[in-house]
Amino acid sequence: MSAASSNRAPETGAFLGRDRLWHPPALTPRYKTSILRSPQRAPISFSSTLSEVTGPVFGHALLGDLDNDLILNFTKSGEAALGPRIIVHGRVFDERRRPVPGVLIEFWQANAAGRYRHKKDGYLAPLDPNFGGCGRTISAEDGSYSFRTIKPGPYPWPNGTNDWRPSHIHFSIFGSGFAQRLITQMYFEGDPLIPHDPILGGIADRRAIEQLIAPLDMANTIPMDATAYKFDIVLRGRRSTLFENRLEGN
Amino acid sequence: MPQSLEALKETPSQTGGPYVHIGLAPNFAGITGVFPSDLGTHLVNEKSRGERITIEGHVFDGTGEPLRDCIVELWQADADGLYPSPSEMRGAADPNFTGWGRCPADQQTGLFRFDTIRPGRVPAPGGGLQAPHITLWIVARGINLGLNTRIYFADEAAANAADPVLNRIELTSRRATLLAHRREGSTIYDFDIRLQGPDETVFFDI
Repeated sequence: MSAASSNRAPETGAFLGRDRLWHPPALTPRYKTSILRSPQRAPISFSSTLSEVTGPVFGHALLGDLDNDLILNFTKSGEAALGPRIIVHGRVFDERRRPVPGVLIEFWQANAAGRYRHKKDGYLAPLDPNFGGCGRTISAEDGSYSFRTIKPGPYPWPNGTNDWRPSHIHFSIFGSGFAQRLITQMYFEGDPLIPHDPILGGIADRRAIEQLIAPLDMANTIPMDATAYKFDIVLRGRRSTLFENRLEGN
Repeated sequence: MPQSLEALKETPSQTGGPYVHIGLAPNFAGITGVFPSDLGTHLVNEKSRGERITIEGHVFDGTGEPLRDCIVELWQADADGLYPSPSEMRGAADPNFTGWGRCPADQQTGLFRFDTIRPGRVPAPGGGLQAPHITLWIVARGINLGLNTRIYFADEAAANAADPVLNRIELTSRRATLLAHRREGSTIYDFDIRLQGPDETVFFDI
């Protein structure tokens, strides 16, 4: 870990309360695994302390040249991963619309056939010898990030008798404070499996579901090479300061 | 209609799923050659200041089975109570201590383990000090929103009794779910997490 890459003043404010109704609740019975893994008591709320407003920082020195290129970062032969080539890009903001620079973003996904490189994935679709399925990057000064990959395939999973996951990419995002830590999934505009998904369906508000669907972004496609999808990420916002006097409306 | 406040909404959480290791601990998952090592496996080195301790535990589901597919992340202050973070304005934390760890549970036993140091005390908002504590964040298949909790130390009774966060827990008997206990004659603290049941761990909305 190294110093923050941003020139901006450090963020020290307390976090705005999390709107837990915007997130899926802990218990979403259609997603059966949640039944035994959902806490049943109300979480205890408290205002941010230093333990929540601080968080780890990962410097750009961490990154290898191919960390954000899932098409090439696993291949041993130099052959590209199979599947529709896409660029995924967007910006990281906080709830106050401020760009969030210098945060580590990790992503992972199935291959174009809908198979994960994981010993617990038993789907009959084939592994791609040139696709590992993980990558990472760090947001730039304006909060922007991008990576190159192949579009993951949908896949069946043992939940109901015939449940399928829509194509999706998993994201893990750090913020400037540990209370911003977030894992989510990005979906693709127009995927007909989206309305059938028990996991996405755990979110009550249609607008919240739509926030996870990346539109096709023709303006950022690379002609004769790759289409593009835009996925902006919003992390929790902070009050402007935790320690200074609160006369300015905090 | 008045003007819009124009606040954005936080991106909704989704479960890390069964293959969370691919993204957060690829070498652990057998995906080698992409990243040189998994992040968060070492918090300390030989020069780290403070008392070396180990945290060991499991995350149990509602039937008492350990989660063998979860990932636990840890965030804590150094021995002097300073966080290795740009948001720490009180001084520079120990450069030989990362403060952040990530551990995938053992795939056979569900054990998670962190070799770390005993954290120093951190100020509480509005004055005073918090008891020594460690923040944990737990993600897994079946967990829709990462779970936040804290480890406190059973052998810090006086500090714990005055801790503002512990004192937020009205049902005092539940505070015990956040206490790590030192194993007799060792530097290991045991801290199990229960997602459900009569001893359900206190989770925080922070």
